[in-house]
Amino acid sequence: MITFMNNSDSEEEPCNERTSLMSAESPPVPSYQDGLQASETGEAQAHRKRRAGSSRGPNNIAGGEVSGSGVPVRESALENEEEELTLKYGAKHVIMLFVPVTLCMIVVVATIKSVRFYTEKNGQLIYTPFSEDTPSVGQRLLNSVLNTIIMISVIIVMTVFLVLLYKYRCYKFIHGWLILSSLMLLFLFTYIYLGEVLKTYNVAMDYPTLFIVIWNFGAVGMICIHWKGPLQLQQAYLIMISALMALVFIKYLPEWSAWVILGAISIYDLMAVLCPKGPLRMLVETAQERNEPIFPALIYSSAMMWTVGMAKPDTAARGPSQQTWDAAEDGREHLRSPSHAESQMSETRSPVPTRPVTSLEELEEEERGVKLGLGDFIFYSVLVGKAAATASGDWNTTLACFVAILIGLCLTLLLLAVFKKALPALPISITFGLIFYFSTDNLVRPFMDTLASHQLYI
Amino acid sequence: PAFGLFLFTIARDPLRIIILIAGAFFWLVSLLLSSLIWFIAVKASDPQDERLQKGLLIFGVMFSVLLQEAFRFLYYKLLRKAIEGLVALSEDGCSPISIQQMAYVAGVGFGLMSGAFSMINLLADALGPGTVGIHGDSQLYFLTSAFMTMVLIFLHTFWGILFFHGCEHRRWWEIAAVIIMHLTVSGSSFCNPLYVGSLVPSYLLMAAAAAWAYLLSGGSVQNLRRFLLCKC
Repeated sequence: MITFMNNSDSEEEPCNERTSLMSAESPPVPSYQDGLQASETGEAQAHRKRRAGSSRGPNNIAGGEVSGSGVPVRESALENEEEELTLKYGAKHVIMLFVPVTLCMIVVVATIKSVRFYTEKNGQLIYTPFSEDTPSVGQRLLNSVLNTIIMISVIIVMTVFLVLLYKYRCYKFIHGWLILSSLMLLFLFTYIYLGEVLKTYNVAMDYPTLFIVIWNFGAVGMICIHWKGPLQLQQAYLIMISALMALVFIKYLPEWSAWVILGAISIYDLMAVLCPKGPLRMLVETAQERNEPIFPALIYSSAMMWTVGMAKPDTAARGPSQQTWDAAEDGREHLRSPSHAESQMSETRSPVPTRPVTSLEELEEEERGVKLGLGDFIFYSVLVGKAAATASGDWNTTLACFVAILIGLCLTLLLLAVFKKALPALPISITFGLIFYFSTDNLVRPFMDTLASHQLYI
Repeated sequence: PAFGLFLFTIARDPLRIIILIAGAFFWLVSLLLSSLIWFIAVKASDPQDERLQKGLLIFGVMFSVLLQEAFRFLYYKLLRKAIEGLVALSEDGCSPISIQQMAYVAGVGFGLMSGAFSMINLLADALGPGTVGIHGDSQLYFLTSAFMTMVLIFLHTFWGILFFHGCEHRRWWEIAAVIIMHLTVSGSSFCNPLYVGSLVPSYLLMAAAAAWAYLLSGGSVQNLRRFLLCKC
């Protein structure tokens, strides 16, 4: 098993890079909206733009556009109208992101709870060479910190590499890399997963059937993710591969290392997106300058993008719109102009040729979608899955982490609405999740256990 | 039943879902703080002394109840601010969600979270093999737990409505009544396993709270009758 895994470890590399990149990259392109806003005056069009209104209440979310460079200042009146829209649609976008994150977590937790394979320790990734089976606490801590440093540096190297490739327009290489890693994910990991699930439930399946099933699954997945496909199916596939990746992480990362890595990666996320020289930020800005969407394979989008009627250069990018986006990874949310319904309306929009942004213009009210990087999905699921796997308080801890992550996501979207920039989605949620995990496991669990044994209710 | 409530009334509107999750979050934080206090108290005291432990437990429960109500109040404040924002931003000058709906949703949020925490480990254990009450405990453990949890979830919902209404209209006695009811219910659970002592009062209180909340929300006997008659 270990040798087998080692082979796949090297294969995992692109995966890791990809996913790690995903998290690191700031997804949304800076506000395209800015330009638009100026041109549009409060009309129905104003609805489209979701300007993130002032942060009021939980509804304010998702509307945020990233304020890009040199955007004309909007009138406050315009802003007010926008804000209304933002509020109205803000909640909807939050839910559009809640649902996939919840689904991914449910899949991961269900698998962890039922399939024994993912909680057995069968070796470690080559990225975390230090073992945690040491006798002393200090040694273990040291090993996990070293593991974390190695992992983070791998991620940084990969991200910088990807950004460089993107800057120098080596698109073919990036495409090939993405295709290779998604191939591996879809076929290899699915095979392992399916094998383990069948083993757990003692269901026999012969090889030809297995081959057909996996082949179909993988082929449809490749098409859906990298090319065109129904939005729901694409979302479902992205959720599946995030869950698979998270399961791999849960299995192969040693305990303490996993927690330290989660913490470190949210710090890295914060820095990579917000610092002016951060790789993710540069990626997003470059994508914006070139008016290209980031690779679809790395981003989860909640709404259909690009409608046919776009007069913008984006339309050209429409087909491969998914792919053009670079592995922006996770966690950055960007707003996209979504929706299918836009097609008719796109003509009515004032063309925004000056907008570096792609198809944002088309925003239609309801359809504005929000994008979230796949890496965010993965790390959220890793946190909840680890909580389910290792916590002795079982479901209470898992539930607490789940609520914490959702609230963190809410707050992040709120901030997105306020700041209108690409924001890292990891830090707040992961911080909440970690706090709640450790406190629930150590503090709440004894309390609840004692209450339950006496059947007291609070 | 609580889950059914959720599906039918809350899942439609995304705003309500957010308020629900935030409500659950607030309950969770209150639980966290109260268990922190309890934990510290336990650690600081003698683990061998049974009576002391029991006393500490009771103290922990009461403190947790008070903390829950305090957090409900904080949540109310937050929602007030949110509503003002919503009103200011909405197009036609009135907020898309009223304070009563928010009260209801917040109550359900609290209730769901508290119910989940009370029940879910039990449910997980119930899936496995075993005999209930093998050590001389009551055989009805699971059943009564289920009923108690359900009544508690409903109670939280009604308390949410009553509490918010009391805060809105500045009727302090309503708020005090909610707190006292909560304390009573928790206290009655101390009678377990003498189930008659805890379940019956809780259900009675729930019926009372339900009627009160219904009246407050604008219902009346007329409405009720019309509703029932229309159906058949």
